Amino acid sequence: MIAFTLNGKPAQVDADPGTPLLWVLRDHLRLTGTKYGCGMALCGACTVHLDGRAIRSCVTPVSMAAGRQVTTIEGLAESALGRTVQAAWQEVDVPQCGYCQPGQLMAAAALLKETPRPSEAQIAAAMDPILCRCGTYSRIRAAIRKAAEGGAK
Amino acid sequence: MTTTAAMPSRRKFLKDSAVLMGGLVIGFYLPLRSGRALAAEGTPAQMYPPNAFIRIAADESVTIVVNKSEMGQGVYTSLPMLIAEELEADWSRIRVEAAPVAAVYNHTGFGMQITGGSSSIPSSWEQLRRVGASARILLVRAAAQQWGVAEGECRAENGQVIHASGKKLSYGALADAAGRLPLPEQVPLKPPGEFKLIGKPVRRLDTPDKITGRAVFGLDVYLPDLLTVVVARCPVFGGKVKRFDATGARKVRGVQSVHEVPTGIAVAATGFWPARTARDLLEIEWDEGPGAALSTPKLRAEYQALAKQPGAVARSDGDVAAGLKAAARTITAEYEVPYLAHASMEPLNVVVDLKPDRCTIWTGTQSQTMDHAAAAQAAGLRPEQVEIHTTYLGGGFGRRANPRSDFVIEAVQVAKAVGRPVKVVWTREDDTRGGYYRPMWADRIEVGVDRDGKPLAWKHTIVGQSIVADTPFEPFLTRDGIDITSVEGAATLPYRIPNLRVELHSPRNPVTVQWWRSVGHSHTAFVVETLLDELAHLAGKDPVQYRLDLLPADSRYRGVLLLAAEKAGWGKARLPAGHAQGVAVHQSFDSYVAEVAEVSLHDGKLRVHRVVAAVDCGMVVNPDGVVQQVESGIVYGLSAALHGAITLENGRAMQSNFNDYPPLRYSEMPQVEVHIVKRDAPPTGIGEPGTPPLAPAVANAVFALTGRRLRRMPFDREPLA
Repeated sequence: MIAFTLNGKPAQVDADPGTPLLWVLRDHLRLTGTKYGCGMALCGACTVHLDGRAIRSCVTPVSMAAGRQVTTIEGLAESALGRTVQAAWQEVDVPQCGYCQPGQLMAAAALLKETPRPSEAQIAAAMDPILCRCGTYSRIRAAIRKAAEGGAK
Repeated sequence: MTTTAAMPSRRKFLKDSAVLMGGLVIGFYLPLRSGRALAAEGTPAQMYPPNAFIRIAADESVTIVVNKSEMGQGVYTSLPMLIAEELEADWSRIRVEAAPVAAVYNHTGFGMQITGGSSSIPSSWEQLRRVGASARILLVRAAAQQWGVAEGECRAENGQVIHASGKKLSYGALADAAGRLPLPEQVPLKPPGEFKLIGKPVRRLDTPDKITGRAVFGLDVYLPDLLTVVVARCPVFGGKVKRFDATGARKVRGVQSVHEVPTGIAVAATGFWPARTARDLLEIEWDEGPGAALSTPKLRAEYQALAKQPGAVARSDGDVAAGLKAAARTITAEYEVPYLAHASMEPLNVVVDLKPDRCTIWTGTQSQTMDHAAAAQAAGLRPEQVEIHTTYLGGGFGRRANPRSDFVIEAVQVAKAVGRPVKVVWTREDDTRGGYYRPMWADRIEVGVDRDGKPLAWKHTIVGQSIVADTPFEPFLTRDGIDITSVEGAATLPYRIPNLRVELHSPRNPVTVQWWRSVGHSHTAFVVETLLDELAHLAGKDPVQYRLDLLPADSRYRGVLLLAAEKAGWGKARLPAGHAQGVAVHQSFDSYVAEVAEVSLHDGKLRVHRVVAAVDCGMVVNPDGVVQQVESGIVYGLSAALHGAITLENGRAMQSNFNDYPPLRYSEMPQVEVHIVKRDAPPTGIGEPGTPPLAPAVANAVFALTGRRLRRMPFDREPLA
């Protein structure tokens, strides 16, 4: 059994410790918001937070999550910052097909947590790993800027 | 979990709704079952089905059943807008549900349920407004009857019927009575001047689900007892399993069974990870077949040789041989573009629950009718025993509208072999190597120009596989032996050239090919618009003016070309040092798009800074949706232009994942501006037309910057410095 905190609540799974966290979230825990896109940390659709930092869950063995805090898109709204990011995404109407968006939102929220007022270079560094095939990048940029302003205290 | 794939337990249609449905009689109850937990929310008790597309409930919710697949293009917003406009519905009460498979949901032009060809709005424009208007008329009639007043004293507004006296009844309160009235015979539509919703920017209805993780894609569907299956398919196109040993694979914890299926070896496990792990342990000997001899260099040589031979004639104006002979100067240019994978972010996947007398499928498909028929055949069931639930699509771009229904048939075959509900998941590598590509094309054009540099003769020969050959579309999309999707954008060249000939060779090989966003236009626009630019420069003319001089006075190409040039500051803008602009214009799916790209080069690396697009797609339903689609088409085109190529060695695709088949990333995104030409014509396509002009606009900008002509894609393989 591997135990960790998932979206603020205790979670336990009986999985091979080498199983990527992505597939534990999806196949074991039925949290389907975190997406599979490449399996090699090339697209970022599987991005979740591990102790508040953005990680690619498709290459992170579930054993690495043991005893730690995991936040997925389903838990993003539990933080004020997460709600700010989602509100900005809603206002800019970012998604098209939407498949990559959980990863985009999780990467953006982790960026803004660490860097509340990111420069364009900092945004690019955080968002470059997250692919979008529909081409929503301009709107992602606009939404991050909006969230950065809205989140400024 | 909520989902648009949720279905009510059954749905009632009015018997006499034929007038709405293009002559189809739909007096029946669809035998829909709730299917599974997806429908757990249930449905409001009181339903009002004025027709197949609208349900008004007592709680005032208005559910629009959308017969097109939502793959990012916004149909779950724009199609409800068409209905809501005439229904006079309260937009905040609109909900959306995916249509089941039924003839009533057929595409008005294609006669089957399908999403493609940038046709969702054009084909629904009249149909869905009439659907909304019919329902509104019945609601007003029901209110008038209840009040005992004349209908003319009542009007519908924002989900209510209001009498001249001021009394009101809500749609929810009227729905039941309205549902018992016969359909109106006369269904007039509003003149565009009275539109309240159409033409205004409207936020997408699917955004809330897509920013919270609630949106259900095919990959997100789980059933009790479900096994996840990955299939080892032959790496060589057309190859088969000769023999295999699954001893190692069966030992992986979680693996339930291993089966030979027509497409390869299927590994069924309790989850994706054990299935994929076990697949790596399979020992398979393949019978690779003749496909193993294929390679990109061989195909290139074959295609280039064919391009010099006479082909089937797609267009012939004047006498091209005489024109070339009379020309002051001739130019010959050869072009090549590679196979391209669609690379949707959501890899292909299908959930199948196969019972002896029933087959239920959940998948993100663009092609319900054909997949439904193919699934019935593969399952050995009657069509009425098969049900398809369309989920959200994590991108489609044409791959999920396969006339051969490859991924659906395979999943049914797998379900038969496994004997339990299955989810067949394609890995990214499977998706990239799995074929059904945009074909590789070779083009050769000979042009003769007169003393003023104007084209006198233009002979264009196109070589590439037909995507419609051997499919049900072949009879409809073939004219005189020409696959019209192979020559679209070339045979439809708009420029006034007295002697013009377009010929086609359609060689066959085992690599499977299919439509890819903008189809034939994805290569013809690149070829013809870069050559036009070349001719302009040879003539010493401005590329915009040169095109205008060759376009008929009433051509809709002119408006977008002029608007894009104006907005981009063409010929006037003070660009940063080391930057240059290029322009291209193209018509596809009856819409006209011009794009001006601004580029620079740093250490041989091409960078696109800005793209200014002008679009004429007739009347606009949701302006923000049009902007999104053009932005998206530009990014899709730019990914292909800069980086996209599937190459073959020994019959195998050499690319596998996003490391060697890289879509555009955030930091490569240009600033995109979209300008819409106001036009009072019926709406035309918008999902694809943004893509074709991008590659030639960029290539022409590279020429302006470097003097180097790009005649092959992708550009990142071309020496630019």
